Amino acid sequence: MPVHTLTLGQISTALANKEFSAEELTRDLLARIEQENPRTNAFITVTAEQALEQARAADARRAAGETGALLGAPIAHKDLFCTQGVRTSCGSKMLDNFIAPYNATVVEKLANAGCVSLGKTNMDEFAMGSSNASSYYGAAKNPWNLDCIPGGSSGGSAAAIAARMVPAATGTDTGGSIRQPAALCGLTGLKPTYGRVSRWGMVAYASSLDQGGPMARDAYDCALLLGAMAGFDSKDSTSVDQPVDDYLAALEQPLKGLKIGLPKEYFGAGLDSRIGAATQATVAELEKLGATVKEISLPNLQHAIAAYYVIAPAEASSNLSRFDGVRFGHRCDDPADLTDLYKRSRAEGFGAEVKRRIMVGTYALSAGYYDAYYIKAQQIRRLIKNDFLAAFQEVDVVMGPTTPNPAWALCAKGNDPVAEYLEDIYTITANLAGLPGLSMPAGFADGLPVGVQLLAPYFQEGRLLNIAHQYQQVTDWHRQAPTGF
Amino acid sequence: MALERTDVEKIAHLARLGLAEDELTATTATLNNILGLIDAMQAVDTTGIEPLAHPLEATQRLRADVVTETNQRDAYQTIAPAVEQGLFLVPKVIE
Repeated sequence: MPVHTLTLGQISTALANKEFSAEELTRDLLARIEQENPRTNAFITVTAEQALEQARAADARRAAGETGALLGAPIAHKDLFCTQGVRTSCGSKMLDNFIAPYNATVVEKLANAGCVSLGKTNMDEFAMGSSNASSYYGAAKNPWNLDCIPGGSSGGSAAAIAARMVPAATGTDTGGSIRQPAALCGLTGLKPTYGRVSRWGMVAYASSLDQGGPMARDAYDCALLLGAMAGFDSKDSTSVDQPVDDYLAALEQPLKGLKIGLPKEYFGAGLDSRIGAATQATVAELEKLGATVKEISLPNLQHAIAAYYVIAPAEASSNLSRFDGVRFGHRCDDPADLTDLYKRSRAEGFGAEVKRRIMVGTYALSAGYYDAYYIKAQQIRRLIKNDFLAAFQEVDVVMGPTTPNPAWALCAKGNDPVAEYLEDIYTITANLAGLPGLSMPAGFADGLPVGVQLLAPYFQEGRLLNIAHQYQQVTDWHRQAPTGF
Repeated sequence: MALERTDVEKIAHLARLGLAEDELTATTATLNNILGLIDAMQAVDTTGIEPLAHPLEATQRLRADVVTETNQRDAYQTIAPAVEQGLFLVPKVIE
């Protein structure tokens, strides 16, 4: 079997059995990237030299007796994780010249586990978008239909995995940026509990919502990666000091007795009926595995988008003030004075959507409007969290569609940011409440993948991976590959 | 309340974003669309609801007041747009 068709789990076994070396595997996948990247635009930077170096080091560690499951395992990093000595662009002209002087904690942890990073993946500029269309490096394409978006903001990671260039990748999720592209590209993606994975070295968008996590073809691979990514980090002030569960062991738990809640608000107007049907079919499958299902209500869902599009831009406007043309990043030519330096460097360095969100955030935080916007949004945020706390009194997990629609055609929503914002309706609540959420493949609509989302109480990533893994033992949606890849 | 063009100019200045004349009109329209979406919040009754800043209600962790970082000025300045003698250069601020 060609190595690019293998999952991370299969690769791990093959490496342990010495079927091929990490170096051979890395060479094959680098060739595969060279062949497939031009039509998918999934990678911004391919780090061939560093990858081969890491692969040889992994082979040496194995020869010396080490046996870690990720030793020699190929991955890619979303291009907002800082990688020492490698450009970390965040999909922006602002950071086109930014060579990170240090590694993000996630990058460091995965490297220590023996992972081989093949490169940095495309993304919406500064992670602001649901289509990958706002990247300075051009949009990544959906391998299931190259005229469609792969989703965003971790669209490059999703496209790279779906196109079989790499078996797994890191992503980040501020409003759905792991789960939505996973859904639109037929992958499994997990946004952990806020604070579970260190944010240190992850370029900040909205700090109270951002969370890194794994994207792969199946739940097993996500469990493998999350085990290495998660954990307390003293360098991240919001990292949570709690032991990391054994996610691989959690996979095998039977689903008998599992109580699933279906929020009635997730199945209302705006949901593509084919996605609704796929979700119901997934429910039926889980019932066969012993789960029970009950309708629940999350009454404040309808207010989530408004609250999110205040909180996220407000935090973004503050975070992105660091890009001033002085210490790093783009600087305009011949500034007349300091204000001109700031204004032109930022105007030239940021794209349209980033500017829009900075403007909205600046307005929401400005004198006289703070209470009406930011405080109000934070109050709604608590109402949304309370909805979930009440739901988890009755059920173990909440389930519904990941997105209201399958992947849309590139540029279809280009001139209407509000239309794109509305696509985030099912995913943003997990970020507002800080809960873990997983999307898994659950069918197709006109040849485009459809995803189903599971949400669990804080720190129950293991439960989510368990349900997805058990579902993937009796279905094969996650094993489908796009035609031509 | 809809934003006027002058409001958008003021916000752009606060955000230190230089917007060209022709961008201002389009930006004003788009921002008003977004604010239309956001203003739906005002209909929600949030009387007595405590704002939620951190999903797990965590408070800032403190550490001992000791030096933990080493000086990496040279490494950090290799990626700076303009430096001289270990200093970041900006246009003249004091006339």
